[in-house]
Amino acid sequence: MTIYSQASWTDEDGDRYEPLLSEKASKTVDIEDSPLPDELTRDSLELPAPAEPELARHYTRLSQMNYGVESGPFPLGSCTMKYNPSFTEDIAALPAAAVHPDRPDRTVQGTLGLSYRLQDYLGRIGGMDAVTLQPPAGAAGEFTGIQIAKAYHQHNGDDRSEVVIPDSAHGTNFATAAMAGYDVVELPSGDDGRVDIEALEAAVSQETAALMLTNPNTLGLFERDIERIADIVHDAGGLLYYDGANLNALLGRARPGDMGFDVMHYNVHKTFATPHGGGGPGAGPVGVTEELAPFLPDPHVRQSDGGYEYYSPDHSIGKVHGYYGNWPVLVKAFAYITRLGDAGLADASAKAVLNANYLAERIPYEVPFGPFHHEFVASAGEQDAADVAKGMLDHGVHPPTTKWPEIVDEALMTEPTEGESKRSLDQLAAAFEAVHAEDDGTLASAPRRTAAGRIDQVSAARNPRLSWQSLDSDD
Amino acid sequence: MSFDVPEDLRYLESHEWVSTDDDTARVGITDFAQDELGDVVFVELPAESDELAAGEEFGVVESIKAVSDIYAPVSGTVTAVNEALFDQPELVNEDPFDDGWMLEVELSDESELAELLDAAAYRDQIE
Repeated sequence: MTIYSQASWTDEDGDRYEPLLSEKASKTVDIEDSPLPDELTRDSLELPAPAEPELARHYTRLSQMNYGVESGPFPLGSCTMKYNPSFTEDIAALPAAAVHPDRPDRTVQGTLGLSYRLQDYLGRIGGMDAVTLQPPAGAAGEFTGIQIAKAYHQHNGDDRSEVVIPDSAHGTNFATAAMAGYDVVELPSGDDGRVDIEALEAAVSQETAALMLTNPNTLGLFERDIERIADIVHDAGGLLYYDGANLNALLGRARPGDMGFDVMHYNVHKTFATPHGGGGPGAGPVGVTEELAPFLPDPHVRQSDGGYEYYSPDHSIGKVHGYYGNWPVLVKAFAYITRLGDAGLADASAKAVLNANYLAERIPYEVPFGPFHHEFVASAGEQDAADVAKGMLDHGVHPPTTKWPEIVDEALMTEPTEGESKRSLDQLAAAFEAVHAEDDGTLASAPRRTAAGRIDQVSAARNPRLSWQSLDSDD
Repeated sequence: MSFDVPEDLRYLESHEWVSTDDDTARVGITDFAQDELGDVVFVELPAESDELAAGEEFGVVESIKAVSDIYAPVSGTVTAVNEALFDQPELVNEDPFDDGWMLEVELSDESELAELLDAAAYRDQIE
């Protein structure tokens, strides 16, 4: 058993961390002439002025007080926080990868060619006939997909008002349907944690525009009745939407298109190892069947005269983002897919599933549903799942997603991802075991070995400090 | 765990309570509701003289766990809003039936009160 202790840098009161750069060293810059009116300008300005080593240490210290996937395992379920290999960054940073998006098609054939091939690769991975790379994130992909479904129905003179979503679904599904102007019909899960076929039959009607489903679902369970589910929705004239958040479990082994899905999005930051978050940019490509391809966003890339060109699909829903999406992110996804190839992608899903099942066997918490795929949902039982999470931080690992999905009591939603070795899975299991054995009092005061202790979430929410300037006020 | 369910109030299935004094009703959320929500951090309420319709949402209560709509148990005109909740949302947790009240409403249809749950029926629902 190793003991974790995070580096921290605080003042003597222990409540201020690394000082601001300007507090370490600053200098006054005089501003001589400005073309702007006097009342808008200053004569001088205080700017941070650290020497380069000081600057490097400042940011290194901040990173040491943080926790990321390069610090240790990060099994945040349904978020798929897998390690992003850094070679994709190098490729996206190549000068040839940076072209102005307003350049004429014929002068950027390499860029269009890469887009075309990525459309094709993603289409083959998902079993979809056409793919747009334009949506800037997973949630934006969902919105695009449902807009395409809506445009398709309207084009057929078929105004439908409802979208059906299981209660275990990602929150974005409900938000997407509402944003697209649909009423949400929530589908209760069956006793086995899967879609309840009778409940589905009762929920689906001539008003059903689409069923939104992720498979395996958020409990990591494969929807075994997927073909029957597809028939029920299609027989009512509805479309089947695949939330690609859990595609990691299926890569190279099964395809949503073959299961009867008509529209899907891909989370390239989950499945194809582009960076997460930080406010973006991201990418959430959307795949569709041939029937829906005329409704894809504008522009789309196709082959022409031995080269490639942008064009507007016949019944396009229009633009969902600038130009053709967030290009550098797409280059990284392309690099990852190309590097792994068919066999590598299939190996990734195999290891993702193996790792989740190995870890689930090793932990002392009950896992109410199974067997599962790339993630599992354990129950903290009598312990508070949030306390379990805080306790795990003291063991040098990131905790799982907690308290969701709500169909499992005090949920610990865990997804180790394919990149973790047996050694790091054992480290995770040891952290679960240690926290399981701790009493509530100890857990309530965790974490103690991290740079920041337990955050007072209630005060933070009631009295938010939304800028660094509020650090200087007492209020 | 047992929750406070005052005998002299009426209740909605969605966990709002109503007390009445002549043609004025006072509205809030129940002890059970505040416990389920956890620490309340923000309350959004309508303005005075806004109209409420029974069964429709009139505001939002946000806790560290969830954001929930609040539903009107009765129809009528808002005559007072508990502005203390804007600065001290914790009153909803500390004293849901008294200092944590949300609105006063001038009833437009007193017969709606008969549709609401009494304390025994509400207690059955949450137990």
